[in-house]
Amino acid sequence: MTEKSNTLNIEVHHVTRIEGHGNIVVRAKDGVVEKVEWQVPEAPRFFEAMVRGRSWEDIQTIVSRICGICSVSHSLAAIKAIENAMGIQVSQQTDRLRILSHYAEYMESHILHAGYLVAPDLLGQKSVVPLAASHPDLVKTVIGLHRLGNEWMELLAGRMTHPVTFKPGGFSSLPSEAQLRDLQQRLVAGLPELEKLAQAVLSLADRLPAFTRDTEYIGLVDGQSYTFYHGAIGSTDGKETVPVRQFESVVNEYVSPQSTAKWAKWHRDSYAVGALARFNLNAAYLRPQAAKAAKAFGLKPKNCNPYFNTVAQLVESFQIVEHALEIIDAVLAAGVKSETPKVAPKAGEGTGAVEAPRGTLFHRYAFDEKGICLKANLCIPTNQNHANIQKDFEAFVPQIISRDPQEVRLLLEMLVRAYDPCVSCSTHFLDVKFV
Amino acid sequence: MSNPRVAIFDFACCEGCQLQVVNLEEDILSLIALVDPVEWREAMSDHSDSYDIAIIEGSITRPEDVDRLKTIRERAKILIALGACATMGGINKLKNNFDLKEVRQAVYGAAAGMAHLNTEPTRALDEIVKVDFKVHGCPIDNRELGAIIRCLIMGKTPVIPTYPVCVECKKNEVVCRYEFNEICLGPVTRAGCGARCPSRGFWCFGCRGYAEEPNVAAASDVMDHYGKTVEDLKSRLTLFVGQQEFPP
Ligand code: SF4
Ligand code: SF4
Ligand code: SF4
Repeated sequence: MTEKSNTLNIEVHHVTRIEGHGNIVVRAKDGVVEKVEWQVPEAPRFFEAMVRGRSWEDIQTIVSRICGICSVSHSLAAIKAIENAMGIQVSQQTDRLRILSHYAEYMESHILHAGYLVAPDLLGQKSVVPLAASHPDLVKTVIGLHRLGNEWMELLAGRMTHPVTFKPGGFSSLPSEAQLRDLQQRLVAGLPELEKLAQAVLSLADRLPAFTRDTEYIGLVDGQSYTFYHGAIGSTDGKETVPVRQFESVVNEYVSPQSTAKWAKWHRDSYAVGALARFNLNAAYLRPQAAKAAKAFGLKPKNCNPYFNTVAQLVESFQIVEHALEIIDAVLAAGVKSETPKVAPKAGEGTGAVEAPRGTLFHRYAFDEKGICLKANLCIPTNQNHANIQKDFEAFVPQIISRDPQEVRLLLEMLVRAYDPCVSCSTHFLDVKFV
Repeated sequence: MSNPRVAIFDFACCEGCQLQVVNLEEDILSLIALVDPVEWREAMSDHSDSYDIAIIEGSITRPEDVDRLKTIRERAKILIALGACATMGGINKLKNNFDLKEVRQAVYGAAAGMAHLNTEPTRALDEIVKVDFKVHGCPIDNRELGAIIRCLIMGKTPVIPTYPVCVECKKNEVVCRYEFNEICLGPVTRAGCGARCPSRGFWCFGCRGYAEEPNVAAASDVMDHYGKTVEDLKSRLTLFVGQQEFPP
């Protein structure tokens, strides 16, 4: 960093890849902010164009590859859209096991984010590696929980990344009752470990910057649960909900010259999706331990501090484990029944939405009578957050511009990281160029 | 002798293969004891221009990627392609089936002309530079990666199966997907994954690329037996192996 005649230039450069190769650019002169930009120059991959001409049976295999971390969410959103287009009904068992698989992704993703990425920030380290020496117990807890998420996923989805058991209509293979009971035991054992992680973060919570900006939060709501899978689109700005099939009227995408990713706005110039949004919309339906964790952090709806997204992720980690235990109970009570999804393709258009760990994810496809995909529209959570990150920057930078440039840089990196745009995205912010 | 210096880089991809490295959990620490990680943007802030082994994930889709890849090649003694995107272009190659102007139009509409949305046909690493070793799969199998790195460090050549997935599948005593009237790419796909997908009731979609010894005769026997043709295979073959020709 050089400071010439009170000019401050911060450029956090070419920092990452898909869903978040991001740059931060700040320019200020004599304490006056001249330019604040959150740029997204990721290499575009054109999935919406690439699925055209592919069979309905191959769609989830393709779109899963949009993101290695959210591959279950992408597969499920696609399958829901295909089922919607072709009028395919699934059994209650399939529904439950899909939600159970989806939670495995939450475990992997939230622990990765809170444990590997945010904890080092709070402890003043540049990565999780030095923590292995300074905080061995914490690292052990994080690795154990992450491993639990992976094994959970492998059992239900057939792999740790890019599921192979999901098909329109059902599953290609099912876990046995014994395997489900074993998973249940391990989840029970995981709860105290989660508690340890939450305590560790709680003891550092005062290091989360106190920045708030009134924001519109959007997510799925069903009026009766903390939903990640079913429901319509809700907003903290209004009581009305919008059916998933009309998602385009919510996201209002536009292309910004700063970005290869599309941006989104609904009632205001920008909105946020993700754990904090879900919490702000659905906190009333949290399970007991999740509610207790929220209370311990003083997290109450509506919270408008983006740095608290990480806390909301921890709260959700309890929620998914508690709900997973109930789901397994229900599946076992009914008995695991083998089912062979037998579905025939049909012409039509359909939409599917799920809450991915980073926020609401929408897929829409149209098919011809043979089930060949004619067109697709995919709306990804990280993209919906980009405009909001920009607005946060615009509000926050003037408040902190007089501080030490290193600190400004760190606070902005932490802000982007709080949105959890993607694993590499976040860590890449450590690679900073000062002009 | 000092440990080999290892750097990890990524190009256009989903990052799932790097995630498999993270998924090694505790084992990653024992691997790190054998090597000296000097650059891994994903997990470290350090940056280095000098390394012995470069591990690269992702495909090449932009002119600036080509220059960066060539620079990495010049600096590295050993270059490893990590995952289908890097070894054969992977899912990104589907794009090459379309006119690229039209692809940009389809995704970005009127804004498609903006310079930063530029794209080129997808290429695998070895279409541009020499690749010393390929770790197959979408995603890779992290145990296989660990074994390969250990081999390379000991100066041995890692052994990757040249036979098709069907061989592993038969060992697992799985009912063949063709019995369910499905198209499975097992007969022509390189083994090494333990027939992961057929073992979970899903067809092989070819994520490890063509087997060197695909046993074409057996494959066409399977096709004949179940009344399928090579044409039936082709649509699914395009998913991961791009526009490569069907093996003779
Ligand atoms: S090979 Fe597959 S898992 Fe690996 S980066 Fe490419 S798309 Fe992702
Ligand atoms: S065709 Fe597929 S399912 Fe059948 S034996 Fe080969 S790999 Fe297994
Ligand atoms: S079975 Fe086929 S698609 Fe599945 S992991 Fe193996 S090579 Fe890849």
